[in-house]
Amino acid sequence: MTKHTLSVLVEDKPGVLARIAGLFSRRGFNIDSLAVGPTEHADVSRMTIVVNVESSPLEQVTKQLNKLVEVIKIVELDPTASVDRELVLVKVAATAETRGQVLDTVQLFRAKVIDVAPDAVTIQITGNAGKIADFLRVLEPFGIRELVQSGMVAIGRGSRSISERNLRPVTVPARPAVG
Amino acid sequence: MTEQITGAQSLVASLEAAGVTDVFGIPGGAILPAYDPLMDSSIRHILVRHEQGAGHAAQGYAAATGRVGVCMATSGPGATNLVTPIADAHMDSVPMVAVTGQVGASMIGTDAFQEADIRGITMPITKHNFLVTDPAEIPQRVAEAFHIASTGRPGPVLVDVAKSALEALTTFRWPTELHLPGYRPVTKPHAKQIREAARLILEARRPVLYVGGGTIRSGASAELRTLAELTGMPVVTTLMARGAFPDSHPQHLGMPGMHGSVSAVAGLQKSDLIISLGARFDDRVTGRLDSFAPNAKVIHADIDPAEIGKNRHADVPIVGDCREVIADLVALLRAEADAGHTGDYEAWVEFLAGIKRRYPLGYETPADGSLAPQHVIQRLGEIAGPDTIYTSGVGQHQMWAAQFIGYEKPMTWLNSGGLGTMGYSVPAAMGAKVGAPDTTVWAIDGDGCFQMTNQELATCAINDIPIKVAVVNNESLGMVRQWQTLFYNSRYSNTDLHSKRIPDFVKLAEAYGCVGLSCESPADVDSVIEKAMSINDVPVVVDFRVNRDAMVWPMVAAGKSNDEIKYARDLAPDFDRVEDDWEVRPA
Repeated sequence: MTKHTLSVLVEDKPGVLARIAGLFSRRGFNIDSLAVGPTEHADVSRMTIVVNVESSPLEQVTKQLNKLVEVIKIVELDPTASVDRELVLVKVAATAETRGQVLDTVQLFRAKVIDVAPDAVTIQITGNAGKIADFLRVLEPFGIRELVQSGMVAIGRGSRSISERNLRPVTVPARPAVG
Repeated sequence: MTEQITGAQSLVASLEAAGVTDVFGIPGGAILPAYDPLMDSSIRHILVRHEQGAGHAAQGYAAATGRVGVCMATSGPGATNLVTPIADAHMDSVPMVAVTGQVGASMIGTDAFQEADIRGITMPITKHNFLVTDPAEIPQRVAEAFHIASTGRPGPVLVDVAKSALEALTTFRWPTELHLPGYRPVTKPHAKQIREAARLILEARRPVLYVGGGTIRSGASAELRTLAELTGMPVVTTLMARGAFPDSHPQHLGMPGMHGSVSAVAGLQKSDLIISLGARFDDRVTGRLDSFAPNAKVIHADIDPAEIGKNRHADVPIVGDCREVIADLVALLRAEADAGHTGDYEAWVEFLAGIKRRYPLGYETPADGSLAPQHVIQRLGEIAGPDTIYTSGVGQHQMWAAQFIGYEKPMTWLNSGGLGTMGYSVPAAMGAKVGAPDTTVWAIDGDGCFQMTNQELATCAINDIPIKVAVVNNESLGMVRQWQTLFYNSRYSNTDLHSKRIPDFVKLAEAYGCVGLSCESPADVDSVIEKAMSINDVPVVVDFRVNRDAMVWPMVAAGKSNDEIKYARDLAPDFDRVEDDWEVRPA
């Protein structure tokens, strides 16, 4: 089992997420992480899907995904040629005694305090999965009260865009299909 | 300034613009607005008795004509009753558009009366589906639905239209272009792959053309015959491809698979090159996958890239329309032949001919003088001939109909292959007859299947759709009973239907306004079939009361290797002996 990161460009239409999630669940694949959002093109959304599977069943799912009419393009991102980030908001217990240590940790990891309460601080951190795991391990002893994490987003390095070639509208002359 | 019309009028105008001439359906609350303008349209709407019948009729219509079949139903139960035919069409790549009414847009998601999320329900069993709540979108979505259903790998598309959209005022403009950036089926095969395929074909010593339903959907029969005759390669046609290549052709080994002929199973199993044309290495063909055709390289041509390599590794993958793939192969192989390069398959062809001679399809005549179902079906095929369209349900009668009728032409054998839907036969025959009114259509059905959908006999009788139905009545769920005989110590749990007692199929036929005939003796088979053939103004139902213990042979048991094929119970073919014969043959 290896981790694969798929970037999926889809038409921004209702139901498209259900179609994609359905294909993964039917094959028994657990999606590790999923992030959906707009792109540089108004009608196109981009999903970043992280799955932990063997390559050959993943190829089959990719082919099935490609069959979905609303899926425009699928790219598997090479981890060495792409950058990925996740966002975590975490609420950590911080008493008068521990607050200083918590804030040191925040500085060390270049995270950010976004809310303060008498006995807790809420911290925002972005980074790749490794950095976030390290950060949370250091915070653990102070007492993590609540944690929320975004799906991973990823983009290829360099100047090329995965969408530049595939977004030209395909025009099909309408013709009577029957008769 | 365009005229204001209702969404319902726009829907009907869109169907007309798409070229629809026939629709099978049943009205109900949410689709009701569409049925009003339908009355004034050029479209013939056939009022069925159950939505499942509408769906299978649309499938039969499409499979018999190559045109898109259309069915229509209301929201909720009307739509969910279409689920089985939609799933069936999805499995067997049948071009079909299902139009369903949906509750009004403001009611969606409120558990309104007759509300079902049919778009969500059919997501995994449609090629694509739409929910339309804006009446202005209707023509665009309908045009897209027909385009998607009929191009690439054909399949069912569902268009769910909210009642509020049908009732609202809008304008109609049939689109001149479609924007489907994610949908671009590849039909033209890659020249490099064709060259590689031709190279393997010329190098092979034991090649076989493994022909699937895609060959029929792409209309590639003529090209296939040219390819087969040019090269001399043997041919097997899958359940979905019966008729793609003439059964009478000497190169035809028959149907492969669980109930395939020994020669067709051996042809795949012992080959060194499988040329798969629009087939998908289904488990019913391959048997145990890891021992399927162990020495064969595979050329896999399919319009759907997801089929290639799905079950069996493809040495040469070719994405493209079967007809174009075969035509390109023919052109290249013909040029090679002109240059003196042809394959040497003589020993292989002779080996398979030996197997075909030694293990022909056959059956045992019951010792008690009762009617053999295989005899009924064989005679039906011989009397009705190869111009007839045959449909079948699912089970023993289906396998016998696939085995014992000689198919000579594509689109004359219609059945539920992938999903295996009992009850397909009668409504599919109805749809086929509507699409091809001048062709004789025989539904070959089992007594179990027949009782699932025979209410469409009323539709046929009332709408002048004179189909013929042969009920192969063994008073049981025959295929299940066969498995109980073979694998469950003959413990017949819930497979006895008592259909020689209840219902009386002759009376049932008559009650539906059809002619009902009955046949119990082998001596009467021909005359009863001939009588049924002579009645062309109303539907005919023949109750063939057959021996209930007949079994389908040959058989590869589920999950077993094709090497373990049984020619009859406890009788395995002796390939070695044939191979010895082949080997001692003078060079």
